[in-house]
Amino acid sequence: MTSLSRHEDYAASEAQNREFLVFSLGEEEYAIDILKVQEIRGYENVTRIANAPEFIKGVTNLRGIIVPIVDLRIKFHLDKVEYGGQTVVIVVNVADRVVGIVVDGVSDVMTLTPEQIKPAPEFGVTLSSDFLSGLGSLEDRMLVLVDIDKLLTSEEMALVERTSA
Amino acid sequence: MDITDFYDTFFEEAEELLADMERHLLEIDLEEPDAEQLNAIFRAAHSIKGGAGTFGFDVLQKTTHLFENLLDHTRRGELSLRRDIVDTFLETKDMLHDQLDAYRNEEEPDQEAFTRICQTLQQLAREEIGQELEAAGGTPGGAGEPPTEAPQPAQPRESFSDSDTAHPQMGEQVLAVALLNVGEKDRGLLVEELGQLGTVQDQHGDENCYEVTLLTNVSRDDIEAVMCFIVEPEQLQIRPAEQESSSWDTQAQEAPEKDALTPSPVQQKATGPTAQTSTVSPGESGKPKTKKAKAGGESSSIRVSVDKVDQIINLVGELIITQSMLDQTVSELDGVTHSGLLNSMSLLQRNARDLQEAVMSVRMVPMDYVFSRYPRLVRDLAGKLDKDVELVTEGESTELDKSLTERIIDPLTHLVRNSLDHGIEDPDTREAAGKPRTGRLTLSAQHQGGNILIEVIDDGAGLDRDRLLAKARESGLPVSNTMSDDDVWQLIFAPGFSTAKEVSDVSGRGVGMDVVKRNIQGMGGHVEIMSRKGQGTTTRIVLPLTLAILDGMSIKVGGEVFILPLSTVLESLQPSREDLYAMAGDDVVLKVRDEYLPVVAVHAALDVEGAKTELNETIAVIVQGEGRRYALLVDDLIGQQQVVVKNLETNYRKVPGVSAATILGDGSVALILDIADLHRLSRAKKEARRPQRASTDYESFFRKEGEPS
Repeated sequence: MTSLSRHEDYAASEAQNREFLVFSLGEEEYAIDILKVQEIRGYENVTRIANAPEFIKGVTNLRGIIVPIVDLRIKFHLDKVEYGGQTVVIVVNVADRVVGIVVDGVSDVMTLTPEQIKPAPEFGVTLSSDFLSGLGSLEDRMLVLVDIDKLLTSEEMALVERTSA
Repeated sequence: MDITDFYDTFFEEAEELLADMERHLLEIDLEEPDAEQLNAIFRAAHSIKGGAGTFGFDVLQKTTHLFENLLDHTRRGELSLRRDIVDTFLETKDMLHDQLDAYRNEEEPDQEAFTRICQTLQQLAREEIGQELEAAGGTPGGAGEPPTEAPQPAQPRESFSDSDTAHPQMGEQVLAVALLNVGEKDRGLLVEELGQLGTVQDQHGDENCYEVTLLTNVSRDDIEAVMCFIVEPEQLQIRPAEQESSSWDTQAQEAPEKDALTPSPVQQKATGPTAQTSTVSPGESGKPKTKKAKAGGESSSIRVSVDKVDQIINLVGELIITQSMLDQTVSELDGVTHSGLLNSMSLLQRNARDLQEAVMSVRMVPMDYVFSRYPRLVRDLAGKLDKDVELVTEGESTELDKSLTERIIDPLTHLVRNSLDHGIEDPDTREAAGKPRTGRLTLSAQHQGGNILIEVIDDGAGLDRDRLLAKARESGLPVSNTMSDDDVWQLIFAPGFSTAKEVSDVSGRGVGMDVVKRNIQGMGGHVEIMSRKGQGTTTRIVLPLTLAILDGMSIKVGGEVFILPLSTVLESLQPSREDLYAMAGDDVVLKVRDEYLPVVAVHAALDVEGAKTELNETIAVIVQGEGRRYALLVDDLIGQQQVVVKNLETNYRKVPGVSAATILGDGSVALILDIADLHRLSRAKKEARRPQRASTDYESFFRKEGEPS
């Protein structure tokens, strides 16, 4: 969790490369653009919101800002959803909003070269490939690169009020 | 720096001046006009004229000039006021406002309207005083000089001094403008500015004293007003250049100035004993003086951007939360060993609260700010429609966030117009219906439950249910005769819906009510209509106080804490089984002192687990929302506390049954309940549970909630 230093020396020399924050949901590894990440904190003190979709855990107080918390594990229909000391919330900034996403753990910050990012294949129902910016291949690992902007502002996340009348 | 930089200041000031002018015009006693008021109106016109001249707003300047002349005659008692004259003056004021708006939008004002108003004013002058007003083409006449200027014999060769050599100018004149101790950069700017005001004939001098000879038709004061934006007044001296000395024929022009200082017989006749006091204090004299005062740092108010205020409000909110978290920690300490700390804590608490209150008050303005514009509107409209209407305002001191007051004006104006046009009947009809001839329109504002309620109440004919329904069918809206009154009233908010028998220029075009509704919803509020045929209509605007501290009552349901706005809470009681009556299925009502209140089980509406479900174990909190009372069933009352209202929509979305959120002393979030919405939610959920009556109600409810419309 403390490995979030920006690796600036890296990024400066290889402008084409993008940095990703790698997190785990169950056995799978996902990654989001690190520039979207505001901070990482523990899962605590979440106030439930009635009549909201199951994956919206509620809202929490982030230094005076009311921030909704989304559990991606529920959204992605993972079998095991537990809340413990390892459960972390990645606070992201998308579309002028601050949203917290619950994941099983944050493991790494990775730099991917353009060659390492492969286009995402058509996916199943759970996670539409619309919400993916690609797949990162890294030796023996595969990272699912999530377009967190698109995902969180999508209608099915019910986070953002539809703006059309 | 460009002169256009000062446009905004001028527009704002002019707007304030016009508002003042209107207020005075409305208040003025036709029989015995107060000299102070007449002067104030005159001054307002004069100041605007000065500014308009300075900035080259030709049409505005010419109009104000004519207007000002008329006003001058009025204040000297040569023109006695009548209702229709005041009407004309008000009309002129409106015209000025339009012109101002046009200039603000960088357009040329309507020439036709300008010509018309000029003719009207001229005609008024011909009829009432028997003389033409001097044409406004040239320079503002002497009447235009601020009354404080001391009339002095012309002394063209007078050495540079600050003495006020007020002199009226007819047409162009040559002025010597001396700039003292002005740096080169500013000097260039100043000369450039002067060039815009007239023709610079000559310029020479050094840094200590730079002299510019200017051929101009702009008055001295106006030049000063422009220059004072750049330099201090002391750095500037203006005197007429030699060759113009002979053209100072003063005619009657100087009279007003003299009047202001030493009341002439004419003025004394007009104003009575108060004339002595009518000498204007520097602060309220013409625009140039005001500017100087500001430059000197003596002004009593500053304009600050709302963003800055908001930032401070947020920070103070944070401070309060931190303070209460600290408080909670400290309260566990031993009072004896830590008495010093505890004392400091209570001091901190008090200071923080005071700070918060002070900061919040910065953004709040009384509703008077809004209501004050309606006497005029009602007066005009009632006159136009031949109706007698008395306007009553209540709760003018109710404070509302400034941004909301600005946005409420348009919808409210529309409602007032509607009430006057469709609501209140003409005197004969009223008499026939056994009502007093004079209709009554009430505007009221009050705080209720973290909301502000603004009501427009008329005692007119009320809405006609049958006609509304007929009209709705005609327009192809889905209606039925069994619709509830509330639903029928809501029809008037449908776009393009109007029941007015004739389209008048006041209302009836059917555009508007839907816009009203949209505007209000845009502010996060809603509109309700209550109407009784023959007795009148009440339109209620409910606006949330998005930016406010709320006095809340915290309640517990299951393991969760919610906040009820304290102002909605009437009482709480332990319901006994015999007071609870089941109605039609799973509806329950609670009898409280001969009143049956719908019961809203909070745990059911908000799906709280582990709550007490036995009705008689719970506590019933009697609350009021949107004019109705409900009994909320909760587990426990925790206590009262002030909470900072935090918007849920900033990062999330509107939540049914919840108006906002707040942060409790322990740092956790609690939701603030919206009583009426909670009741709707609870009903929708009950509907949903009923198998045969389809789940559409439930769905449509959520669809409605989800739509920002």
